[in-house]
Amino acid sequence: MAIVNLQNVTYKYPLTHMPVLQNISLQINEGEFVAVVGPNGAGKSTLCYTLAGFVPHFFKGELSGSVEVAGMESSQSTLDEWVLNVGLAFQNPFNQISGAKYTVFEELAFGLENIGVPRDEMKARVTNAMDLTGISDLANRSPYSLSGGQQQRVALTSILVMQPKVLVLDEPTSQMDPIGTREVFGVIRKMAEQGMTVILVEHKVEWIAQFADRVIALKDGQLFLDGTPSEVLTSPLLEESGFGISRYTAVARKAHGLGLWKTDRLPVTLEEAVEGFSLTPSPSLRSASQHPQGNGERQP
Amino acid sequence: MNIEIKDLHFTYPGGVEALRNISLNIKSGEQVAIIGQNGAGKTTLVKHLNGLLLPTRGQVLIGDWDTIKYSVAKLATRVGYVFQNPDEQLFSKNVGMEVAFGPRNLGFSGEQVQALVQDALAMTELSDKTQTNPYDLSPTWRKMVALASVIAMDTPIVIFDEPTTGQDALSITRIAQAIKALRERGKTVITITHDIDFCAENFERVIALAQGSVLLDGKTNDVLRQDSILATTYVDPPQLTRLAKRLGFKNTVRNQEQFLAELRITYTL
Repeated sequence: MAIVNLQNVTYKYPLTHMPVLQNISLQINEGEFVAVVGPNGAGKSTLCYTLAGFVPHFFKGELSGSVEVAGMESSQSTLDEWVLNVGLAFQNPFNQISGAKYTVFEELAFGLENIGVPRDEMKARVTNAMDLTGISDLANRSPYSLSGGQQQRVALTSILVMQPKVLVLDEPTSQMDPIGTREVFGVIRKMAEQGMTVILVEHKVEWIAQFADRVIALKDGQLFLDGTPSEVLTSPLLEESGFGISRYTAVARKAHGLGLWKTDRLPVTLEEAVEGFSLTPSPSLRSASQHPQGNGERQP
Repeated sequence: MNIEIKDLHFTYPGGVEALRNISLNIKSGEQVAIIGQNGAGKTTLVKHLNGLLLPTRGQVLIGDWDTIKYSVAKLATRVGYVFQNPDEQLFSKNVGMEVAFGPRNLGFSGEQVQALVQDALAMTELSDKTQTNPYDLSPTWRKMVALASVIAMDTPIVIFDEPTTGQDALSITRIAQAIKALRERGKTVITITHDIDFCAENFERVIALAQGSVLLDGKTNDVLRQDSILATTYVDPPQLTRLAKRLGFKNTVRNQEQFLAELRITYTL
């Protein structure tokens, strides 16, 4: 059943001339994990704001069409009703931190205070959420004294603690090193497995290919691709849009042109690339494919 | 202008020892990438090059200048530094003024300033945006303004701190082209990056830091093939390097050209 239903959504910020979202129709089922890709300026963050109710309630501007999440229509709801269903972690965590709290623990409790959760439950929920995202050691730090990667974890945790039905994440690992990225994707996957609907804007395509059920691509405010990760992430249209595709896809496409990639399906991940290149007869490739896990390669 | 770092140690006032026993020589005109996990000391190290931080022990020489004897303002004539977050360095009311601010402060003549600004704007593809307020631009373009404002200072050494964060493929290509243009002008470019594919494709030398020390330092291919050592500072080798290794290619590769060349050799065996 669709938990998110957008019909012909067009939106223009108050001071822009052109609509940032143009005639977007999109249904997302409960429990689905959908990744959103596209070049900078495509409207990805604005789509996140729309799903989270900031468009139009906070940013104003002109919204037409219908935005329905969890049975509520955006134009007929208030932001404080809306936030109970949808949580958004901002692209820049600095913009999300309240500025009203001295410690990370208090910051994480801020949303719960505002919806009147009892004190004991609040403490338990904050403690559990910090445990989940691995930031328990930051509990007494000032949110402003943290590194970019740590702030991103706090921002994500402050949304998880609200237990929204729909989790919207706008590049949640952009300031993290590979180990941080891996850990945060582990948390997001756990949320998805627990049945939360996840909508994730992300540039790291190898991760998307491994986690998402479905990928949609935006360009100039329009939805131009919608399909499985493999379909969308290997589409020549995505590369033409200026979005950074996987090096595996790019190099396999070139190899295909040289007759050195034998299948029609292009790879997105390392494993798919190893598998694909192993299909062509060659002495050294055959020996590589006999030991596909032979060198302790880490994922992805 | 060479950079010489001799047995550098640095301890933050709180007592955290951020750099230990670092000795490096970077020659005039070299293109160097610095990699390593968050907290490895990358930013702390480059802040020593323009005097924002001074060694607790050891010495940093920029050409013949010991950073301890020169002010940050003076060192700014030799070392330009583009911050990770462009919003920390942009303040003027339009792009043209923003980019002119640096060279004007270094005492270039009006004509020289104009030439430097035009050159830097062309290099960053901002020539059509001179009258725009930097904050009316998208974060992608604000990053280019930050790059241009430092490039315009025409310093022999330019440092970029995480230039590709949050940038899409087109913008990353634009940044790579600007770095190439700086190389052609004989500038030394030092770039901190988590984007290992970008590092592999655009730099000839890589320095990997871990816990405040130099873990690896050498030619890009030589460093990137050390996957088990890189793993200790949580760096994965580039995608194509990993793929080539899994396929059993004889030589280490770091970009599509090298990969396809090795692929051809493998298939004609």
